[in-house]
Amino acid sequence: MKPLAPISSTARVVLGISFFVLFVAAWSYATFGGFVSKTFLANPLTMLDDGWLLLTKQGFLHDIGMTIWRVIGGFVLAALFAVPIGILMGAYKPIEAFLEPFVSFARYLPASAFIPLLILWAGIGELQKLLVIFIGSVFQLILMVAVSVGSVRRDLVEASLTLGARDAGVLKRVLIPSAAPEIAEILRLVLGWAWTYVIVAELIGSSSGIGHMIIDSQALLATGQIIFGIIVIGIIGLISDYAFKAANRRLFPWSII
Amino acid sequence: MSKLVIDNVSRIFPAVRGGTPTRALEPTNLSVADNDFVTILGPSGCGKSTLLRMVAGLDTPTTGRILLDGKAITGPGADRGMVFQSYTLFPWLTVSENISFGLRERGVSQRERNDIARQWLEKVGLTSFANHFPKQLSGGMQQRTAIARALANDPKILLLDEPFGALDNQTRALMQELLLGIWERERKTVIFVTHDIEEAVFLASRTVVMSARPGRIKADIPVDLPHPRHYTIKTSPAFSDLKARLTEEIRVEAVLAAEAH
Repeated sequence: MKPLAPISSTARVVLGISFFVLFVAAWSYATFGGFVSKTFLANPLTMLDDGWLLLTKQGFLHDIGMTIWRVIGGFVLAALFAVPIGILMGAYKPIEAFLEPFVSFARYLPASAFIPLLILWAGIGELQKLLVIFIGSVFQLILMVAVSVGSVRRDLVEASLTLGARDAGVLKRVLIPSAAPEIAEILRLVLGWAWTYVIVAELIGSSSGIGHMIIDSQALLATGQIIFGIIVIGIIGLISDYAFKAANRRLFPWSII
Repeated sequence: MSKLVIDNVSRIFPAVRGGTPTRALEPTNLSVADNDFVTILGPSGCGKSTLLRMVAGLDTPTTGRILLDGKAITGPGADRGMVFQSYTLFPWLTVSENISFGLRERGVSQRERNDIARQWLEKVGLTSFANHFPKQLSGGMQQRTAIARALANDPKILLLDEPFGALDNQTRALMQELLLGIWERERKTVIFVTHDIEEAVFLASRTVVMSARPGRIKADIPVDLPHPRHYTIKTSPAFSDLKARLTEEIRVEAVLAAEAH
Protein backbone atom coordinates (compact mmCIF):
# COMPACT_ATOMS: atom_id res chain seq x y z
CA MET A 1 0.00 0.00 0.00
CA LYS A 2 1.27 3.44 -0.97
CA PRO A 3 0.64 6.22 1.55
CA LEU A 4 -2.29 8.49 0.60
CA ALA A 5 -2.84 6.68 -2.71
CA PRO A 6 -6.56 6.88 -3.64
CA ILE A 7 -8.77 3.79 -4.09
CA SER A 8 -11.78 3.19 -6.35
CA SER A 9 -15.27 3.76 -4.95
CA THR A 10 -16.15 0.08 -5.43
CA ALA A 11 -13.15 -0.96 -3.38
CA ARG A 12 -14.14 1.56 -0.73
CA VAL A 13 -17.66 0.14 -0.41
CA VAL A 14 -16.47 -3.49 -0.43
CA LEU A 15 -13.84 -2.81 2.23
CA GLY A 16 -16.31 -0.88 4.36
CA ILE A 17 -18.88 -3.67 4.26
CA SER A 18 -16.33 -6.42 4.79
CA PHE A 19 -15.44 -5.11 8.22
CA PHE A 20 -19.08 -5.36 9.26
CA VAL A 21 -19.12 -8.93 7.94
CA LEU A 22 -15.92 -9.71 9.83
CA PHE A 23 -17.35 -8.19 13.00
CA VAL A 24 -20.56 -10.26 12.82
CA ALA A 25 -18.52 -13.37 11.97
CA ALA A 26 -16.34 -12.95 15.05
CA TRP A 27 -19.42 -12.36 17.16
CA SER A 28 -21.13 -15.47 15.72
CA TYR A 29 -18.00 -17.55 16.29
CA ALA A 30 -17.80 -16.44 19.92
CA THR A 31 -21.49 -17.05 20.66
CA PHE A 32 -22.47 -20.06 18.47
CA GLY A 33 -19.15 -21.69 19.24
CA GLY A 34 -20.06 -21.59 22.92
CA PHE A 35 -17.04 -19.56 23.93
CA VAL A 36 -19.19 -16.95 25.65
CA SER A 37 -22.09 -17.70 27.97
CA LYS A 38 -25.59 -16.88 26.63
CA THR A 39 -26.27 -14.94 29.78
CA PHE A 40 -23.59 -12.38 28.96
CA LEU A 41 -23.77 -12.12 25.20
CA ALA A 42 -26.63 -13.13 22.95
CA ASN A 43 -25.84 -14.54 19.51
CA PRO A 44 -26.76 -12.55 16.38
CA LEU A 45 -29.90 -14.62 15.66
CA THR A 46 -31.26 -14.25 19.19
CA MET A 47 -30.55 -10.56 18.89
CA LEU A 48 -32.58 -10.35 15.68
CA ASP A 49 -35.39 -12.40 17.27
CA ASP A 50 -35.44 -10.18 20.31
CA GLY A 51 -35.35 -7.14 18.10
CA TRP A 52 -38.32 -8.36 16.09
CA LEU A 53 -40.26 -9.01 19.31
CA LEU A 54 -39.36 -5.56 20.58
CA LEU A 55 -40.58 -3.91 17.41
CA THR A 56 -43.76 -5.92 16.95
CA LYS A 57 -44.90 -6.73 20.49
CA GLN A 58 -43.39 -4.22 22.85
CA GLY A 59 -43.82 -0.95 21.03
CA PHE A 60 -40.11 -0.30 20.58
CA LEU A 61 -40.85 1.98 17.65
CA HIS A 62 -42.43 4.37 20.13
CA ASP A 63 -39.22 4.27 22.19
CA ILE A 64 -37.13 4.99 19.12
CA GLY A 65 -39.41 7.89 18.21
CA MET A 66 -39.15 9.32 21.73
CA THR A 67 -35.37 9.14 21.70
CA ILE A 68 -35.08 10.74 18.27
CA TRP A 69 -37.40 13.57 19.28
CA ARG A 70 -35.40 14.18 22.46
CA VAL A 71 -32.07 14.29 20.62
CA ILE A 72 -33.40 16.58 17.93
CA GLY A 73 -35.30 18.76 20.41
CA GLY A 74 -32.36 19.21 22.78
CA PHE A 75 -29.90 19.62 19.96
CA VAL A 76 -31.94 22.19 18.04
CA LEU A 77 -32.40 24.13 21.27
CA ALA A 78 -28.67 24.06 21.89
CA ALA A 79 -27.88 25.06 18.28
CA LEU A 80 -30.35 27.96 18.36
CA PHE A 81 -28.50 29.29 21.39
CA ALA A 82 -24.96 28.35 20.54
CA VAL A 83 -24.61 29.30 16.87
CA PRO A 84 -25.48 33.01 17.24
CA ILE A 85 -23.47 33.35 20.46
CA GLY A 86 -20.54 31.51 18.91
CA ILE A 87 -20.63 33.72 15.82
CA LEU A 88 -20.69 36.89 17.94
CA MET A 89 -17.85 35.57 20.10
CA GLY A 90 -15.77 34.73 17.06
CA ALA A 91 -16.41 38.08 15.41
CA TYR A 92 -16.15 40.50 18.33
CA LYS A 93 -13.18 40.22 20.64
CA PRO A 94 -14.80 41.97 23.66
CA ILE A 95 -17.66 39.44 23.59
CA GLU A 96 -15.10 36.67 23.33
CA ALA A 97 -13.14 38.06 26.30
CA PHE A 98 -16.39 38.30 28.28
CA LEU A 99 -17.75 34.80 27.62
CA GLU A 100 -14.84 32.58 26.65
CA PRO A 101 -13.47 31.83 30.16
CA PHE A 102 -16.90 30.85 31.49
CA VAL A 103 -17.83 28.74 28.47
CA SER A 104 -14.46 26.97 28.61
CA PHE A 105 -15.11 26.17 32.27
CA ALA A 106 -18.70 25.11 31.65
CA ARG A 107 -17.85 22.76 28.83
CA TYR A 108 -15.89 20.55 31.23
CA LEU A 109 -18.93 20.12 33.49
CA PRO A 110 -20.14 16.61 32.66
CA ALA A 111 -23.74 16.66 31.45
CA SER A 112 -24.45 13.37 33.18
CA ALA A 113 -23.51 14.86 36.55
CA PHE A 114 -26.31 17.38 36.11
CA ILE A 115 -28.97 14.69 35.86
CA PRO A 116 -29.73 14.51 39.62
CA LEU A 117 -29.96 18.30 39.77
CA LEU A 118 -32.06 18.50 36.66
CA ILE A 119 -34.46 15.91 38.07
CA LEU A 120 -34.83 18.14 41.14
CA TRP A 121 -35.40 21.21 39.00
CA ALA A 122 -37.39 19.87 36.09
CA GLY A 123 -38.74 16.52 37.27
CA ILE A 124 -38.40 13.41 35.17
CA GLY A 125 -40.41 14.70 32.24
CA GLU A 126 -39.31 15.60 28.75
CA LEU A 127 -37.87 18.96 29.77
CA GLN A 128 -35.25 17.24 31.91
CA LYS A 129 -34.12 15.03 29.00
CA LEU A 130 -33.91 18.03 26.68
CA LEU A 131 -31.89 19.95 29.26
CA VAL A 132 -29.33 17.16 29.63
CA ILE A 133 -28.70 17.23 25.89
CA PHE A 134 -28.77 21.00 25.87
CA ILE A 135 -26.13 21.28 28.63
CA GLY A 136 -24.05 18.57 27.01
CA SER A 137 -23.97 20.25 23.60
CA VAL A 138 -24.36 23.98 24.00
CA PHE A 139 -20.96 24.91 25.45
CA GLN A 140 -19.04 22.70 23.04
CA LEU A 141 -20.97 24.22 20.15
CA ILE A 142 -20.36 27.80 21.29
CA LEU A 143 -16.62 27.33 21.54
CA MET A 144 -16.21 25.45 18.28
CA VAL A 145 -18.36 27.93 16.33
CA ALA A 146 -16.43 30.85 17.86
CA VAL A 147 -13.13 29.32 16.81
CA SER A 148 -14.32 28.69 13.26
CA VAL A 149 -15.61 32.25 12.85
CA GLY A 150 -12.50 33.72 14.50
CA SER A 151 -10.22 31.86 12.10
CA VAL A 152 -11.81 33.16 8.90
CA ARG A 153 -9.01 34.24 6.57
CA ARG A 154 -7.88 37.76 7.42
CA ASP A 155 -7.14 38.62 3.81
CA LEU A 156 -10.76 37.93 2.83
CA VAL A 157 -11.91 40.37 5.50
CA GLU A 158 -9.35 42.93 4.31
CA ALA A 159 -10.45 42.46 0.71
CA SER A 160 -14.06 43.12 1.70
CA LEU A 161 -13.01 46.27 3.59
CA THR A 162 -11.24 47.65 0.51
CA LEU A 163 -14.43 46.94 -1.43
CA GLY A 164 -16.38 49.18 0.93
CA ALA A 165 -17.84 46.63 3.36
CA ARG A 166 -18.66 47.99 6.82
CA ASP A 167 -18.96 46.20 10.18
CA ALA A 168 -22.34 44.51 9.69
CA GLY A 169 -21.53 43.75 6.05
CA VAL A 170 -18.28 42.04 7.03
CA LEU A 171 -20.14 39.90 9.58
CA LYS A 172 -23.08 39.03 7.33
CA ARG A 173 -21.40 38.71 3.98
CA VAL A 174 -17.87 37.55 4.82
CA LEU A 175 -17.51 35.97 8.28
CA ILE A 176 -20.77 33.99 8.31
CA PRO A 177 -20.70 32.62 4.74
CA SER A 178 -17.01 31.83 5.06
CA ALA A 179 -17.47 29.87 8.30
CA ALA A 180 -20.82 28.30 7.34
CA PRO A 181 -19.52 24.95 6.01
CA GLU A 182 -17.37 24.49 9.08
CA ILE A 183 -20.28 25.37 11.36
CA ALA A 184 -22.41 22.75 9.58
CA GLU A 185 -19.62 20.24 10.09
CA ILE A 186 -19.44 21.16 13.80
CA LEU A 187 -23.21 20.61 14.12
CA ARG A 188 -22.83 17.18 12.54
CA LEU A 189 -20.06 16.26 14.97
CA VAL A 190 -21.83 17.50 18.10
CA LEU A 191 -25.09 15.81 17.09
CA GLY A 192 -23.16 12.56 17.42
CA TRP A 193 -22.24 13.47 20.98
CA ALA A 194 -25.86 14.39 21.73
CA TRP A 195 -26.75 10.73 21.12
CA THR A 196 -24.52 9.74 24.02
CA TYR A 197 -26.20 12.22 26.34
CA VAL A 198 -29.73 11.14 25.44
CA ILE A 199 -29.07 7.52 26.31
CA VAL A 200 -27.49 8.53 29.63
CA ALA A 201 -30.52 10.72 30.34
CA GLU A 202 -32.86 7.84 29.54
CA LEU A 203 -30.99 5.35 31.70
CA ILE A 204 -32.00 7.36 34.77
CA GLY A 205 -35.59 8.16 35.66
CA SER A 206 -37.25 7.52 32.36
CA SER A 207 -40.29 5.56 31.25
CA SER A 208 -39.64 5.51 27.53
CA GLY A 209 -36.83 5.70 24.99
CA ILE A 210 -34.05 3.42 23.77
CA GLY A 211 -32.03 4.01 26.95
CA HIS A 212 -35.03 3.04 29.10
CA MET A 213 -35.50 -0.18 27.13
CA ILE A 214 -31.81 -0.98 27.60
CA ILE A 215 -31.91 -0.53 31.39
CA ASP A 216 -35.15 -2.61 31.56
CA SER A 217 -33.53 -5.37 29.53
CA GLN A 218 -30.59 -5.44 31.89
CA ALA A 219 -32.91 -6.37 34.74
CA LEU A 220 -34.19 -9.28 32.62
CA LEU A 221 -30.69 -10.26 31.44
CA ALA A 222 -32.01 -9.85 27.89
CA THR A 223 -28.64 -9.13 26.28
CA GLY A 224 -30.13 -9.66 22.83
CA GLN A 225 -32.45 -6.71 23.38
CA ILE A 226 -29.64 -4.55 24.74
CA ILE A 227 -27.47 -5.24 21.73
CA PHE A 228 -30.38 -4.62 19.39
CA GLY A 229 -30.97 -1.27 21.07
CA ILE A 230 -27.32 -0.31 20.73
CA ILE A 231 -27.29 -1.30 17.06
CA VAL A 232 -30.42 0.74 16.40
CA ILE A 233 -28.68 3.79 17.87
CA GLY A 234 -25.70 3.10 15.63
CA ILE A 235 -27.89 2.83 12.54
CA ILE A 236 -29.80 6.03 13.32
CA GLY A 237 -26.49 7.80 13.92
CA LEU A 238 -25.17 6.57 10.60
CA ILE A 239 -28.29 7.74 8.76
CA SER A 240 -28.26 11.18 10.37
CA ASP A 241 -24.57 11.50 9.59
CA TYR A 242 -25.12 10.74 5.92
CA ALA A 243 -28.11 13.06 5.80
CA PHE A 244 -26.01 15.85 7.28
CA LYS A 245 -23.17 15.23 4.85
CA ALA A 246 -25.53 15.20 1.89
CA ALA A 247 -27.18 18.41 3.08
CA ASN A 248 -23.78 20.09 3.48
CA ARG A 249 -22.79 19.09 -0.02
CA ARG A 250 -25.97 20.63 -1.37
CA LEU A 251 -25.78 23.77 0.73
CA PHE A 252 -22.09 24.49 0.18
CA PRO A 253 -21.13 23.21 -3.25
CA TRP A 254 -18.31 25.76 -3.42
CA SER A 255 -16.44 24.28 -0.46
CA ILE A 256 -16.01 20.77 -1.88
CA ILE A 257 -15.23 21.41 -5.55
CA MET B 1 -3.06 68.77 -8.21
CA SER B 2 -1.75 65.47 -6.99
CA LYS B 3 -4.27 62.69 -6.61
CA LEU B 4 -2.47 61.06 -3.72
CA VAL B 5 -0.07 62.71 -1.31
CA ILE B 6 2.03 60.67 1.09
CA ASP B 7 3.30 63.18 3.59
CA ASN B 8 6.15 62.23 5.92
CA VAL B 9 4.68 58.77 6.48
CA SER B 10 6.64 56.26 8.53
CA ARG B 11 5.78 52.94 10.14
CA ILE B 12 7.43 51.41 13.16
CA PHE B 13 6.10 48.06 14.33
CA PRO B 14 6.20 47.81 18.12
CA ALA B 15 8.64 45.43 19.81
CA VAL B 16 7.50 41.87 20.34
CA ARG B 17 8.58 40.09 23.55
CA GLY B 18 11.50 42.24 24.54
CA GLY B 19 12.83 42.63 20.99
CA THR B 20 13.57 45.94 19.35
CA PRO B 21 10.86 47.79 17.42
CA THR B 22 10.97 47.20 13.66
CA ARG B 23 11.43 50.28 11.51
CA ALA B 24 9.54 49.11 8.45
CA LEU B 25 9.38 52.46 6.72
CA GLU B 26 11.40 55.62 7.23
CA PRO B 27 9.55 58.94 6.89
CA THR B 28 8.52 58.98 3.24
CA ASN B 29 7.14 61.60 0.89
CA LEU B 30 5.53 60.74 -2.41
CA SER B 31 3.00 62.42 -4.67
CA VAL B 32 1.07 60.56 -7.31
CA ALA B 33 -0.53 62.51 -10.14
CA ASP B 34 -3.99 61.74 -11.49
CA ASN B 35 -4.03 58.85 -13.97
CA ASP B 36 -0.42 58.00 -13.23
CA PHE B 37 0.77 54.40 -13.19
CA VAL B 38 3.41 54.24 -10.45
CA THR B 39 5.29 51.04 -9.76
CA ILE B 40 7.06 50.66 -6.44
CA LEU B 41 10.09 48.46 -6.81
CA GLY B 42 12.15 47.04 -3.97
CA PRO B 43 13.61 43.94 -2.37
CA SER B 44 11.51 41.98 0.09
CA GLY B 45 11.22 43.63 3.48
CA CYS B 46 11.69 47.16 2.16
CA GLY B 47 8.33 48.34 3.43
CA LYS B 48 6.71 48.67 -0.01
CA SER B 49 3.74 46.50 0.94
CA THR B 50 3.46 48.31 4.27
CA LEU B 51 3.27 51.61 2.41
CA LEU B 52 0.57 50.25 0.10
CA ARG B 53 -1.43 48.83 3.01
CA MET B 54 -1.35 52.25 4.70
CA VAL B 55 -2.70 53.86 1.53
CA ALA B 56 -5.44 51.21 1.54
CA GLY B 57 -6.17 52.07 5.17
CA LEU B 58 -5.46 48.52 6.34
CA ASP B 59 -2.51 49.76 8.39
CA THR B 60 -1.96 53.05 10.23
CA PRO B 61 1.12 55.26 9.81
CA THR B 62 3.21 55.83 12.93
CA THR B 63 3.87 59.39 11.75
CA GLY B 64 2.62 61.53 8.90
CA ARG B 65 -0.55 61.39 6.88
CA ILE B 66 -1.87 60.25 3.55
CA LEU B 67 -4.22 62.44 1.51
CA LEU B 68 -6.44 61.27 -1.31
CA ASP B 69 -7.94 64.19 -3.24
CA GLY B 70 -6.93 66.36 -0.29
CA LYS B 71 -8.77 64.25 2.28
CA ALA B 72 -6.87 62.36 4.98
CA ILE B 73 -7.16 58.57 4.92
CA THR B 74 -8.37 57.14 8.21
CA GLY B 75 -9.38 53.60 7.26
CA PRO B 76 -10.16 51.28 4.38
CA GLY B 77 -12.79 52.37 1.89
CA ALA B 78 -14.30 51.70 -1.50
CA ASP B 79 -12.46 54.68 -3.03
CA ARG B 80 -9.21 52.67 -2.92
CA GLY B 81 -9.49 49.32 -4.66
CA MET B 82 -6.90 46.71 -3.81
CA VAL B 83 -5.61 43.52 -5.41
CA PHE B 84 -3.63 41.26 -3.10
CA GLN B 85 -0.83 38.84 -3.84
CA SER B 86 -2.75 35.98 -2.21
CA TYR B 87 -5.94 34.82 -3.88
CA THR B 88 -8.66 36.68 -2.03
CA LEU B 89 -11.76 35.97 -4.07
CA PHE B 90 -14.69 34.99 -1.86
CA PRO B 91 -14.88 31.23 -2.39
CA TRP B 92 -18.64 31.03 -1.73
CA LEU B 93 -19.47 33.53 -4.49
CA THR B 94 -19.35 32.92 -8.22
CA VAL B 95 -16.95 34.92 -10.40
CA SER B 96 -19.77 37.27 -11.35
CA GLU B 97 -20.92 37.71 -7.73
CA ASN B 98 -17.33 38.35 -6.67
CA ILE B 99 -17.04 41.14 -9.21
CA SER B 100 -20.22 42.80 -7.98
CA PHE B 101 -19.43 42.38 -4.25
CA GLY B 102 -18.48 46.03 -3.73
CA LEU B 103 -21.50 47.25 -5.69
CA ARG B 104 -23.75 45.17 -3.47
CA GLU B 105 -22.19 46.65 -0.35
CA ARG B 106 -23.06 50.07 -1.75
CA GLY B 107 -26.67 49.03 -2.34
CA VAL B 108 -26.55 49.09 -6.13
CA SER B 109 -29.59 47.34 -7.63
CA GLN B 110 -29.31 43.75 -8.82
CA ARG B 111 -29.85 44.73 -12.45
CA GLU B 112 -27.16 47.36 -12.48
CA ARG B 113 -24.82 44.99 -10.67
CA ASN B 114 -25.34 42.33 -13.32
CA ASP B 115 -24.71 44.88 -16.09
CA ILE B 116 -21.46 46.10 -14.58
CA ALA B 117 -20.30 42.56 -13.79
CA ARG B 118 -20.99 41.52 -17.38
CA GLN B 119 -18.94 44.43 -18.74
CA TRP B 120 -15.99 43.56 -16.52
CA LEU B 121 -16.20 39.86 -17.25
CA GLU B 122 -15.81 40.80 -20.89
CA LYS B 123 -12.90 43.17 -20.25
CA VAL B 124 -10.94 40.49 -18.43
CA GLY B 125 -12.02 37.73 -20.83
CA LEU B 126 -13.93 35.60 -18.34
CA THR B 127 -17.46 35.81 -19.73
CA SER B 128 -17.76 32.05 -20.04
CA PHE B 129 -16.67 31.61 -16.42
CA ALA B 130 -19.27 33.96 -14.91
CA ASN B 131 -20.94 31.22 -12.88
CA HIS B 132 -17.84 29.31 -11.86
CA PHE B 133 -16.59 29.29 -8.30
CA PRO B 134 -13.06 30.65 -7.65
CA LYS B 135 -11.71 27.17 -6.84
CA GLN B 136 -12.50 26.12 -10.40
CA LEU B 137 -10.25 28.83 -11.86
CA SER B 138 -6.51 28.94 -12.50
CA GLY B 139 -4.38 31.41 -10.54
CA GLY B 140 -4.23 33.82 -13.48
CA MET B 141 -8.01 33.77 -13.89
CA GLN B 142 -8.47 34.37 -10.17
CA GLN B 143 -6.25 37.44 -10.29
CA ARG B 144 -8.05 38.72 -13.39
CA THR B 145 -11.30 38.38 -11.44
CA ALA B 146 -9.71 40.18 -8.49
CA ILE B 147 -8.70 43.08 -10.76
CA ALA B 148 -12.20 43.21 -12.21
CA ARG B 149 -13.69 43.08 -8.71
CA ALA B 150 -11.58 46.05 -7.60
CA LEU B 151 -12.29 48.09 -10.75
CA ALA B 152 -16.02 47.32 -10.94
CA ASN B 153 -16.28 49.38 -7.76
CA ASP B 154 -14.90 52.36 -9.74
CA PRO B 155 -12.30 53.37 -7.13
CA LYS B 156 -10.36 56.64 -7.34
CA ILE B 157 -7.13 54.71 -7.16
CA LEU B 158 -6.17 51.08 -7.73
CA LEU B 159 -3.58 49.49 -5.44
CA LEU B 160 -1.88 46.25 -6.44
CA ASP B 161 0.38 44.34 -4.07
CA GLU B 162 2.51 41.97 -6.17
CA PRO B 163 -0.66 40.64 -7.77
CA PHE B 164 1.17 38.42 -10.25
CA GLY B 165 3.84 37.22 -7.82
CA ALA B 166 2.48 33.69 -7.58
CA LEU B 167 1.95 33.19 -11.31
CA ASP B 168 4.24 31.48 -13.80
CA ASN B 169 6.25 33.67 -16.18
CA GLN B 170 4.08 33.27 -19.26
CA THR B 171 0.83 33.93 -17.41
CA ARG B 172 2.45 36.85 -15.66
CA ALA B 173 3.45 38.46 -18.98
CA LEU B 174 -0.10 38.09 -20.32
CA MET B 175 -1.55 39.55 -17.14
CA GLN B 176 0.76 42.56 -17.40
CA GLU B 177 -0.48 43.22 -20.94
CA LEU B 178 -4.09 42.84 -19.84
CA LEU B 179 -3.64 45.27 -16.93
CA LEU B 180 -1.78 47.77 -19.08
CA GLY B 181 -4.49 47.53 -21.75
CA ILE B 182 -7.16 48.25 -19.17
CA TRP B 183 -5.19 51.20 -17.81
CA GLU B 184 -4.61 52.64 -21.29
CA ARG B 185 -8.37 52.53 -21.90
CA GLU B 186 -9.77 53.44 -18.49
CA ARG B 187 -7.06 55.82 -17.28
CA LYS B 188 -7.05 55.02 -13.59
CA THR B 189 -4.53 56.14 -11.01
CA VAL B 190 -2.57 53.00 -10.17
CA ILE B 191 0.08 52.07 -7.60
CA PHE B 192 1.65 48.72 -8.30
CA VAL B 193 4.09 47.10 -5.88
CA THR B 194 6.53 44.53 -7.26
CA HIS B 195 10.03 43.16 -6.89
CA ASP B 196 10.24 42.28 -10.58
CA ILE B 197 12.27 44.88 -12.49
CA GLU B 198 10.93 44.07 -15.95
CA GLU B 199 7.36 44.22 -14.65
CA ALA B 200 8.04 47.54 -12.96
CA VAL B 201 9.37 49.11 -16.19
CA PHE B 202 6.85 47.59 -18.58
CA LEU B 203 3.79 48.80 -16.67
CA ALA B 204 4.93 52.12 -15.26
CA SER B 205 4.79 55.70 -16.25
CA ARG B 206 7.01 56.19 -13.21
CA THR B 207 9.02 53.79 -11.07
CA VAL B 208 9.89 54.40 -7.43
CA VAL B 209 12.80 52.35 -6.11
CA MET B 210 12.89 51.59 -2.41
CA SER B 211 15.87 50.68 -0.28
CA ALA B 212 16.18 47.72 2.05
CA ARG B 213 15.10 47.88 5.68
CA PRO B 214 14.54 50.41 7.01
CA GLY B 215 12.59 51.22 3.85
CA ARG B 216 12.85 54.58 2.18
CA ILE B 217 12.60 55.92 -1.35
CA LYS B 218 15.92 55.69 -3.10
CA ALA B 219 15.17 56.72 -6.66
CA ASP B 220 12.21 58.05 -8.59
CA ILE B 221 12.53 57.36 -12.29
CA PRO B 222 10.10 58.41 -15.04
CA VAL B 223 9.42 55.74 -17.65
CA ASP B 224 8.86 57.55 -20.95
CA LEU B 225 8.20 54.55 -23.15
CA PRO B 226 5.38 55.23 -25.61
CA HIS B 227 1.79 53.98 -25.28
CA PRO B 228 0.09 51.76 -26.24
CA ARG B 229 2.84 49.42 -25.21
CA HIS B 230 3.27 46.12 -26.91
CA TYR B 231 5.15 43.23 -25.31
CA THR B 232 7.84 43.62 -27.99
CA ILE B 233 8.92 46.81 -26.27
CA LYS B 234 10.65 44.59 -23.71
CA THR B 235 13.44 43.99 -26.23
CA SER B 236 13.87 47.65 -27.25
CA PRO B 237 17.11 49.53 -26.34
CA ALA B 238 15.22 52.14 -24.29
CA PHE B 239 13.61 49.39 -22.23
CA SER B 240 16.94 47.64 -21.74
CA ASP B 241 18.61 50.87 -20.61
CA LEU B 242 15.95 51.46 -17.97
CA LYS B 243 16.12 47.87 -16.88
CA ALA B 244 19.90 48.03 -16.56
CA ARG B 245 19.72 51.21 -14.52
CA LEU B 246 17.10 49.78 -12.17
CA THR B 247 19.02 46.54 -11.89
CA GLU B 248 21.98 48.50 -10.55
CA GLU B 249 19.84 50.46 -8.12
CA ILE B 250 18.10 47.40 -6.79
CA ARG B 251 21.17 45.16 -6.67
CA VAL B 252 22.89 47.30 -4.07
CA GLU B 253 19.79 47.06 -1.93
CA ALA B 254 19.42 43.34 -2.40
CA VAL B 255 23.02 42.82 -1.30
CA LEU B 256 22.44 44.99 1.78
CA ALA B 257 19.23 43.13 2.55
CA ALA B 258 20.94 39.77 2.18
CA GLU B 259 23.71 40.83 4.57
CA ALA B 260 21.22 42.11 7.11
CA HIS B 261 19.38 38.78 7.31
